[in-house]
Amino acid sequence: MKPPIFEYASPSTVAEAVALLASRDGSAKVISGGQSLMPMLAFRLAAPELLVDLKHLKNLDAISIGEDGVRLGAKVRWCDIESDARLAVSHPLLAEAIRHVAHYQIRNRGTVGGSLAHADPSAEMPGVAMTCEARMTIVGSAGSRIEAAADFFTGPLQTSLQPDEILTEVHLPPWPAARRWAFLEFARRKGDFAMAGVALHYDLDGTGRIVDAHVGVIGVADRPIRLAAVETMLNANRLDDKLIAAASAKARESVDPPSDIHAPGAYRAALVATLLARGLKKSAA
Amino acid sequence: MKSFNSYIGRPMERVEDLRMVRGRGTYVADVNRPNQLYAVILRSSVAHGIIRSIDSSEALALPGVHRVLTAKDFGTKVPVIPLRLQPLPQLESFHQPVLADKKVRYVGEPVAVVIADSAAIAEDALERIALDIEPLPAIASRSQAEAKRAVLFEEHGSNVAITWSAFRGNADEAFKMADYVRRETFKVQRHAAMFMEPRGFVAEWDEVAGKLTVWGAAKTAWHNRRTLAAQLGLALETVDLIEVDVGGGFGSRGEFYPEDYLIPAAARIVGRPVKWTEDRREHIMSANHARDIECDVEFAVSRDGRFIGLRGQIWADIGAYIRTNGSVGPRNVAQFMSGPYCIEHIDLKSSMLTTNKTPCGTYRGPGRYETDFIRERMIDLVAQDLKIDRVELRRRNLVADAQMPYPLASITPYDSSTELDSGDYHAVFDRCLREFGWDERSKLRGQLIDGYYHGLAIGSFIEGGAAGPKEEARLVLETDGALSVYIGSSSVGQGLETIMAQIAADAMEMSYDKITIRHGSTSYVKDGYGAYHSRSTVMGGSAILLAAEKLKDLIRKTAAARLGCTAEQIVIDGEQAGFGGEHLAFAGLSDEPLEVEAEFFNKKYTWAYGTQAAHVAVDPGTGHVKVVDFISVEDVGRMINPLTLHGQAIGSIVQGLGGAFLEHLVYDDEGQLLTGSFADYLMPTASDFPNIRSITVELKPCPNNPLGAKGAGEGGLIPVGGVMANAVADALSHLNVQPMELPLSPPRIWQLVERAEAARSAT
Repeated sequence: MKPPIFEYASPSTVAEAVALLASRDGSAKVISGGQSLMPMLAFRLAAPELLVDLKHLKNLDAISIGEDGVRLGAKVRWCDIESDARLAVSHPLLAEAIRHVAHYQIRNRGTVGGSLAHADPSAEMPGVAMTCEARMTIVGSAGSRIEAAADFFTGPLQTSLQPDEILTEVHLPPWPAARRWAFLEFARRKGDFAMAGVALHYDLDGTGRIVDAHVGVIGVADRPIRLAAVETMLNANRLDDKLIAAASAKARESVDPPSDIHAPGAYRAALVATLLARGLKKSAA
Repeated sequence: MKSFNSYIGRPMERVEDLRMVRGRGTYVADVNRPNQLYAVILRSSVAHGIIRSIDSSEALALPGVHRVLTAKDFGTKVPVIPLRLQPLPQLESFHQPVLADKKVRYVGEPVAVVIADSAAIAEDALERIALDIEPLPAIASRSQAEAKRAVLFEEHGSNVAITWSAFRGNADEAFKMADYVRRETFKVQRHAAMFMEPRGFVAEWDEVAGKLTVWGAAKTAWHNRRTLAAQLGLALETVDLIEVDVGGGFGSRGEFYPEDYLIPAAARIVGRPVKWTEDRREHIMSANHARDIECDVEFAVSRDGRFIGLRGQIWADIGAYIRTNGSVGPRNVAQFMSGPYCIEHIDLKSSMLTTNKTPCGTYRGPGRYETDFIRERMIDLVAQDLKIDRVELRRRNLVADAQMPYPLASITPYDSSTELDSGDYHAVFDRCLREFGWDERSKLRGQLIDGYYHGLAIGSFIEGGAAGPKEEARLVLETDGALSVYIGSSSVGQGLETIMAQIAADAMEMSYDKITIRHGSTSYVKDGYGAYHSRSTVMGGSAILLAAEKLKDLIRKTAAARLGCTAEQIVIDGEQAGFGGEHLAFAGLSDEPLEVEAEFFNKKYTWAYGTQAAHVAVDPGTGHVKVVDFISVEDVGRMINPLTLHGQAIGSIVQGLGGAFLEHLVYDDEGQLLTGSFADYLMPTASDFPNIRSITVELKPCPNNPLGAKGAGEGGLIPVGGVMANAVADALSHLNVQPMELPLSPPRIWQLVERAEAARSAT
């Protein structure tokens, strides 16, 4: 449980950090809160030559809220989100989802950027990013680029980040005050990775019909996914028990989770159906 | 007027706690010796295979690496770990060598020891050792073991190591005569004690003095000292094993493991102190596993609901070797299945199967947890079939006070018999029902409230304690009037120092503050047996009582010589020895310390007993079970310290709940351990089970020891699996959901619900 030998650098600008990453041809790794990377080092599942610590980088730890939505710097920690009262209005789905992240100590160190870059398929932040169509700001040797969440997550613990790139900010689109939403997950113990989770939001038109439904799920695929068929079923309809039952059944057949030591795939699929039904009920309450 | 002490029975705060909460505990990781090196162990990543070669040259080339020790460094024949309990000669071929020599038989088996300047360098070196193992088919389940796709011990020719037989009366006759017979199969999953602080050793060999000192012993230091001295060819007196503070034991810590030999032997070879600290991943694959059984069992019952007979077959997956106490669990499952109930005719066989998994040993309530799950489930199934209320069915079959002492089934080989010593089982049963509010709560049974179905269950248990043969105590009245108590019992976090001081203070009629409990070195008393089978309080405490009588005699004799009277005329009171108007204080009574030794011998187990009731709520959508309320009532004969006992009971119950719902060591078909960290092996956490109550009573003192106490360190855990499974079945009774396997994980409960609903809609 001792990490292999690695070099360590703590640059003071993003440009320096990018240069350090670029200098190692894929064998350098960014570290911020270290909540996923340190265990991987201790288990020797990862053995980077160089760790580039972001701790001295400025201006990456702000939560800015404006008319264009919510911007989270990559170094924003879970506890920062928890203690920012504005988010209860500006992005209640985010605030609720983050309450489920791990444990108190981990929430004091774990960061938004770290979780997104780590891309665990059952983690909350990637689920929120996917569901809400977040856009990532990424800085690399070639300059900076913006990537949609749907293109960012490419596989299990895999993203479109190149070896010389750093995720610096995530942008969540504006949140209308009347928006309906829910975030539900089920874990064996409080703070564990979710066996499955559902994030959803939609708006209502003047006649009380659903518009712009977003339904994202975590823990059931190699990355967070949207359930387009369920969204289609919800859009332009009024939410009632019949629609909830139909959407729930559709969700179950829309996912094909792998089986692992914790649960057979069929369980996770049924769990998505259960959580979606409960989430839809909750959103209407 | 004579004053009397009454420390026993008072909720004295643990004297150990102040040290611990101030961060002043000394764990083995805190022990460091000058010039010390570090050991890390190369473990097999293959479940079953033949070692073709080990090439350490690249590892040795790494700066800071001193040695890579393999089997050939430990003599022509690698020492094996002898059995501490049930040491049957026919089990010798299953003993574990301290280092794999020709074959590896489980993932995690030690193959080599790297000695380096730091643990980090040693871990770097591990990756540079070229270990060539030719894989053999692995045995990872009962069916594979029985099909013999491989045999772990070729000379034995079978994967069935031994079969225990528990017998009483004539079971076959009873089954012929029975009005009703119910047969079922059950499984309990492999899980483990998983104590908080992993193991470790620091060993130092003093070449000049010819003396070996080992820090990190626990539980059974004297036994381990004898084993180690014999393996190293050293005289017993030249080996000292020292206990330091430990983060829990629960039966697993302190047994003799390969590292108990490897680290001291390495220190002797390299001539410098060697330290090894186990990490959690290692711990999960190397310390004893437990509880992995399957069972096919039958109950014979009369029409009026009297249990008549019990018979069946148990298969215990004991892993790759039989270690020190590996027979205890499988044997107990058979011998104690009848529990606190009258069953006159018993025929149970328990076969130990060798598989390519980590060896099993005892874990708090060994065999009892498993067997109580089976029995309590069977009782509820019988009650349902016979349409007898399950509370009434239990009451009808509990052993009555008038039947005491009541013999349990005998066991063979390594023959032994035991009898329940005393108890008013019905009184405790009724107390539990009352405290729980059974009748009132019964209205909730099967109700769906806020998405959860509610269910209740009740179950009774017995808890054996006080294993013999003996324990030692040495009492020294120092010249300043303080009392030093040296005992052979071990502290594994159970509050030993507190309890023993209470007992000694009352016995010597002395102030508690004047007493120091000294344990933790094999040089303190001649012999010691240690901390297992809930024995320390009864055995060590009784030895203190006997020694106190001797010390008082010596005090009387000493005082009499000074006061010019006979010893019989001396009255001891208030730390003074007096005759007539003259009083001599203990302080200054003699120029030399007054010292006595005593041994307490005991062949009869103590039998604490109790009843537990639970109220659960089950979410059929997720399979999640909420423990709404849980109560345990136990009679321990005589309570030394309600505070420590209460803590033991609650902690034990939480461990039982962990086994019922969360903890599972999962292997794949090739013998790879899939739950290698606490991310995958789920321990109960502080927020999981907040509603637990424990009540202790003192109805029937134990007749077989001078304290009247019964061992009580394990009880809370014993019936928890059975009670929880019955409560879940009760909550889902509208679906006739019947869990026959632990753990009651959300996916398992969900599957049972799905199947039950499918079955219902099919009819």
